[in-house]
Amino acid sequence: MKKRHLFCFIILFLLLLILFIMNLITGSSSVKISQIFAIFTGNYQDNITRQILLLIRLPRAFCALLLGGALAVSGFLLQSFFHNPIAGPFVLGISSGAKLTVAFVMIFCLQQNIFLSSGAMVGASFLGALISMSFVLLVSGKVKNMAMLVVSGIMIGYICSALTDLLINFANDANIINLHNWSMGTFSGTDWQDIQVIIMLLLIIIIPLGLLAKPMYAYQFGEEYAENMGVNIKFFRIALIFISSLLSACVTAFAGPISFVGIAVPHLVKKLFGTAKPIIILPACFLGGAVFCLLCDLLARNLFAPSELSISTVTALFGAPIVIWIMLQNKSRKGRIS
Amino acid sequence: MKKLYAENINIGYGKKIILDNLSFELHAGEILTLIGANGAGKSTILKTIAKQLRPIAGAVYLNQKNINHFKEQEFAKQLAIFLTQRIEPELMTCEDVVASGRYPYTGKLGILSAQDNIKIDEALKLVHAESFRYQDFNQISDGQRQRIMLARAICQEPEVLLLDEPTSFLDIKHKLELLGLIQKLTREKNLAVMLSLHELDLAQKVSDRILCIKANHDYQIGTPEEIFTDSYIKNLYEIESGSYSVLTGSPELPKPQGKPEIFVIGGAGSGIPVYHQLQRKNIPFIAGILHQHDLDYPVANALAMQVITEQDFEPIQEQTLQKAIILMKTCKNIICSVKKFGFLNEKNKILFQIAKQTGKLC
Repeated sequence: MKKRHLFCFIILFLLLLILFIMNLITGSSSVKISQIFAIFTGNYQDNITRQILLLIRLPRAFCALLLGGALAVSGFLLQSFFHNPIAGPFVLGISSGAKLTVAFVMIFCLQQNIFLSSGAMVGASFLGALISMSFVLLVSGKVKNMAMLVVSGIMIGYICSALTDLLINFANDANIINLHNWSMGTFSGTDWQDIQVIIMLLLIIIIPLGLLAKPMYAYQFGEEYAENMGVNIKFFRIALIFISSLLSACVTAFAGPISFVGIAVPHLVKKLFGTAKPIIILPACFLGGAVFCLLCDLLARNLFAPSELSISTVTALFGAPIVIWIMLQNKSRKGRIS
Repeated sequence: MKKLYAENINIGYGKKIILDNLSFELHAGEILTLIGANGAGKSTILKTIAKQLRPIAGAVYLNQKNINHFKEQEFAKQLAIFLTQRIEPELMTCEDVVASGRYPYTGKLGILSAQDNIKIDEALKLVHAESFRYQDFNQISDGQRQRIMLARAICQEPEVLLLDEPTSFLDIKHKLELLGLIQKLTREKNLAVMLSLHELDLAQKVSDRILCIKANHDYQIGTPEEIFTDSYIKNLYEIESGSYSVLTGSPELPKPQGKPEIFVIGGAGSGIPVYHQLQRKNIPFIAGILHQHDLDYPVANALAMQVITEQDFEPIQEQTLQKAIILMKTCKNIICSVKKFGFLNEKNKILFQIAKQTGKLC
């Protein structure tokens, strides 16, 4: 590993640590770092602070960390797949597809009084993600134009969001308030059971993801060269789609659709590390996504406390300018070649 | 040694057959060049061999084994490709691009070993690219880019190398440089090379054998000498206007038609620029008196309405001179491009003096 890469990894890791602790200590009632130590070592008596930390802030911070990372990795996978720098789970409508099926299953279960486990939520979300993904693939097979691909993804996203809103409107239930919050995107309301499911899913994904790094590198040279280097293209494409859908489904099931993380983070990370090699960028994206989401959640909770912003509001505020920057950069690059 | 061969294969896209009953073989240490008009099927052949397109009927064999029976990685170690279209890899140095050729040899995570790095250094050295190895691949010149792509293919240590129009985007200097490199590598590494080219003159020079595809699904394989006859090339491209000279390997635009207006006294290459100028202005002309071995002759033959010739290595005969004088007098103007008269073209000097007397000399 080059020195620069090691240095960048250390920086990201430190940022992660700092933001994680910041997320634990700030909020409507502040907790001191010494208190955190005391709670962890079991020497702390104040039950309320203890509960705030262990049952609310800690799971929430973990949620932002893990899901932020997953989202950035998912975005990087999709960008590699479509050879498009602004592809991402949100832009391509995959998050919104997942949102629709989750909302549908949630409302159905609430009305039938069926308890919905976190695993089942992820399942529903994955199904929705795969459905919108197949729409996107269908379109991308028909049109080779990258702009059209993004446009159709955004349209699919709008349709799914509209349908979700419709569902929420008609589902006349007190519990729906939660659902509404969730449909805007938030890291709040996660418990330890959710975190367990998320960690399990990520652990399952990590090995195939590591094995994908090498063919992804070859795929950057285009399909024909990749095939000539010995990549089984069919298998590779299916694996990539499957994993990126599973990652964004996992995020949507627990935190709702979150915009721009999937596009902005991989781009920033590539610039920071000065390379696009997947073997380095994949773990870097995870760290970067975690840092980005921890920061955004910190702002979402504290900027206008006690009222809380939806996470997408903050991520969009930071992410959208980055997308514009990417597009301008691409344009100037094309200009230089011609 | 027969490295790669196909017998009676039909190739094309889906159900649309582009070439049928195609048979060829490719030997180690030789360059087989595909020539033919646009859309004739050059790329289709290369894609079929590269396993990116299945033959509609029949099979291609590499080292006596059907290419469809190869595992991806095994195949990648034996055959490398070089494509026309440019790649735009993100944030990659030239060295990174070359390193991708080691792909089939690295482990599950694709980490390069010391051995791989030696191969990369070797490949960079072979194409003389050490000086820009750390530069961004998207920011080097087209000539440098093609050399890097060649190094990438070499790094893959293939036995067979396929190149689809490697000389497009390059100016003549870089075309020669690249083809020279390909030729050198073919000999040194005993590669079996198949490439497609648009430049007939270069194909004639670089190829050991040529596979030439005609528009009507017909094809012919042979040495450049067998393939390159004037009429054959004209038929191949269905050239109706203009001509192609095998001797010089240079194509010429159609000759100006009509009653000759100018008589050009040429020789030793001095006439060529004049002929071209007249062609551009669309003025029909007569060229004379030229020996058939004269540099001017092939171009004059392609562009002049009439060429007055003398047999090789003979001094110009009296009767040839008389014929030239008669024809010269029918023209409105006379140009004398030749500056030096010697034993063989002594009579051209007489022609020049007569021209002066007529006052038509410009």
